[in-house]
Amino acid sequence: MKRFLCGRSLVSAMCVGLVVTAAFCFVAAAGAQAAPAGQRNIILATTTSTQDSGLLDVLIPLFEKKTGYFVKTIAVGSGQAMVMGQKGEADVLLVHSPDAEEKFMAGAYGVNRRLVMHNDFVVVGPATDRAGIKGTRPASAAFKRIAAGQALFMSRGDNSGTDAKEKAIWKAAGIAPEGQKWYQQTGLGMGQTLNVASEKQAYTLADRGTYLALKKRLDLVILVEGDRDLLNIYHVIEVNPAKWPKVNAAGATAFADFMVSPETQGVIRSFGVDKFGSPLFFPDAGKRAEDLGK
Amino acid sequence: MSRPGAIIEGRGLRVTRGGSVIVDVPSFTVEEGEVLSLIGPNGAGKTTLLQTLSYLTKPFEGELFFRGRKVGPECPVLTYRRAIAMVFQEPLLFDSTVFENVASGLKIRGMKRGAIREAVTESLGRFGIAHLSDRSARSLSGGEAQRTSLARAFAIRPDILLLDEPFASLDPRSREPLIEDMQAVVKSTGTTAVLVTHDLLESLRLSDRIAVMDRGRILQTGPPEEVLNAPVDEFVATFVGTGTILKGQVVRNGRDTATLSVSGREIESAGSFPVGSHVILCIRPENITLSVPAATLREDGAPVTSARNVFAGTVTRVTPMGFYQKVGLDCGFPLVSYVTMQSRESLKLARGRSITVSFKATAVHVIKKD
Amino acid sequence: MELILDGVRKAFWLLVTSDPEVMGITLLSLRVSGLATLVSLIIGVSTGTLVALTRFPGRGLVVSLINTGMGLPPVVVGLFVTILLWRSGPLGFLGMLYTPGAMILAQAVIATPIVMGITLAAMQQLPKKLRLQILALGATRLQLAWILTKEARLPLLAAVMAGFGGVISEVGASIMVGGNIKGYSRVLTTATVMEASRGNFDMAIALGLILLVLAFAVNLVLTRIQQKERPR
Repeated sequence: MKRFLCGRSLVSAMCVGLVVTAAFCFVAAAGAQAAPAGQRNIILATTTSTQDSGLLDVLIPLFEKKTGYFVKTIAVGSGQAMVMGQKGEADVLLVHSPDAEEKFMAGAYGVNRRLVMHNDFVVVGPATDRAGIKGTRPASAAFKRIAAGQALFMSRGDNSGTDAKEKAIWKAAGIAPEGQKWYQQTGLGMGQTLNVASEKQAYTLADRGTYLALKKRLDLVILVEGDRDLLNIYHVIEVNPAKWPKVNAAGATAFADFMVSPETQGVIRSFGVDKFGSPLFFPDAGKRAEDLGK
Repeated sequence: MSRPGAIIEGRGLRVTRGGSVIVDVPSFTVEEGEVLSLIGPNGAGKTTLLQTLSYLTKPFEGELFFRGRKVGPECPVLTYRRAIAMVFQEPLLFDSTVFENVASGLKIRGMKRGAIREAVTESLGRFGIAHLSDRSARSLSGGEAQRTSLARAFAIRPDILLLDEPFASLDPRSREPLIEDMQAVVKSTGTTAVLVTHDLLESLRLSDRIAVMDRGRILQTGPPEEVLNAPVDEFVATFVGTGTILKGQVVRNGRDTATLSVSGREIESAGSFPVGSHVILCIRPENITLSVPAATLREDGAPVTSARNVFAGTVTRVTPMGFYQKVGLDCGFPLVSYVTMQSRESLKLARGRSITVSFKATAVHVIKKD
Repeated sequence: MELILDGVRKAFWLLVTSDPEVMGITLLSLRVSGLATLVSLIIGVSTGTLVALTRFPGRGLVVSLINTGMGLPPVVVGLFVTILLWRSGPLGFLGMLYTPGAMILAQAVIATPIVMGITLAAMQQLPKKLRLQILALGATRLQLAWILTKEARLPLLAAVMAGFGGVISEVGASIMVGGNIKGYSRVLTTATVMEASRGNFDMAIALGLILLVLAFAVNLVLTRIQQKERPR
């Protein structure tokens, strides 16, 4: 009965609305890109630790100013960052998960993997140290004590570099913690996980940079540090343009070159000194990963 | 093609919904300048026919001609719809001021601002609501709202006004003056109007012609007195309040009259009919006169009256109907009469009272039954 | 408690000094969510009106889909929009991922069913005969739709509020498709999440408060319009 209202004009009005909307989206998108037009965009997939520590807030503007590129920093875990690289959704990676990185390189997803810097991981926990791990080395021995004492341990559980490192230590300790009552996974970034650990008075593995950045808010102390196994090594990897033609290869190279340039390395060395009294990262450009910590 | 003088002509109008026929009107005409009302009981299809005439309810079968041009191919639907105006039982006002409401039809037509103001002011004045111009439509009383709705319809100077029970939900106090005002506006502007109503009195009072509908069909169309006094069938007779409807047979024909046998009694009517044919007799209650037997008897025992039909009867029932009394009678056949309160008292009408009943031969309307 | 006071103080200070970064973030929030709401209004009102005014087979299904869409989880929207906009995805050629445009798109997808659903309900609340009355006044179908929209303007204003409120406070989709890029696609919600994870709780609270004030102010304005229009 009301079929007559389904008239052509109303439908066409709707179509006009849709077209306007679509046009609108394009304009908005194009407008947003107007400043860093076309291939001036670089998508950097990196870890939360580099963003949460504030290092990238210092480095990216320097790079943009110098080269005119516009960097879109997507801070995710190292695992997800590498998946983005594998799918060609990122142009360049700054990651810290060496085993996964080697697999990535073996799959020819990336080119020109270069060492940028390192800092180290620390095992943190409540000052009361219920499991009594303070000063224990290697880290795997400390983890064994945590397991033996069934002390609450917070894991990132998010496939990040830190998560990969933590799993490697459990493996070295010969323990499969997953499913244990004292072993909990937050699925969150480093900062969030530290907050949770602090609230629950649990142990966790953290990169020193993020820990230092958050220290004043945390009720956690460093219990294990300085072990060679706890090195946290960052590499920059350019996504292989041969696999993904849409990748901004020139931009990726420019960013990677920037990261290992002496000037940038100097900035990394001094970053955080004013705030925390000690550097958060140690520049390593040109070194070999095997030589670190020796 | 179409008849001269017809503003709307419908041919083969038919609306079916869910398999059942709602409207089935083979031929229908609205004359230029007339007020035509569609009456009938609920569900007769009056509103659907009106909406079909308005070209708002599609799909329907049949053709509609506006001043001789077929709506659709010869006269664009929008042109036709802009020649009509419609008022519903509900005021259906827009959520804005009275002025804006009355202006809405003109705005839709893209009229210039000055012309709109002029037309709106005139229409508001005609319906006596100029003082409400700036009021919010939501703050109006029922009567004021319906006045606004009518003013809105008239503002566009329609060729045809379609009214769907516009007075049905008003209280008598606002209803009476509004009917009068509307009648005046219709008359002075010469607007053609089609009025749907189930109220016989309202339609008698407003219409030039009445169309009685039942179950989707138009049973009779004619001037009010014709429909009232000469219903074409039992249904129309009942609907227009005929009161007495009797089955009879033609006995013989006189010069201008016919003698009909009803339950063994003889009743005279005007006209002549084939002897022996079965007929239905309709007698309106206001045409039956009651009198007390003793006072008016002639020497031969018949009552003194000019009426051809005089019967001795008994009162079976007296029902107060507001301004008049409905009296049921038994004269060997049942009859219904209306009397005033005064007559009821002077004649001492009560159940079982013997009374003389008389009516003229011309009061008897005969419907041939085949 | 001290933390909250710190946050309030910081928020006040950021606003008073009109900190350029925070101002940028706030303006971007308003722009992205405002445009997304506008887009959702254009699509939602037209489609909602169309669905309200027509009868067609499968209409019931469409109506329940719209109503379900009103509760569309933002992260799900974010996920699907991300996949669509990937370089390797069907809309990859637009190069829209990690742009404010992508955020507008995702937020519009979230807000559109809300606007559509409320429009549908508002239109269906209008008397059925009103449509006939409007057509009888000589309206074209476009004029009919426009007048009905005007008649339903108060509930539609509620649709604007619901849509805008839904998207400006949304974080999941924005962070996924926008990437929380500093000075580019960082809005109040994503910045709040990031500052919290950085442990800068005072800053997080300050940003949260600004978001609250913003949402409140927009709703206040719309509510005042709505209440002014109420019948006396």
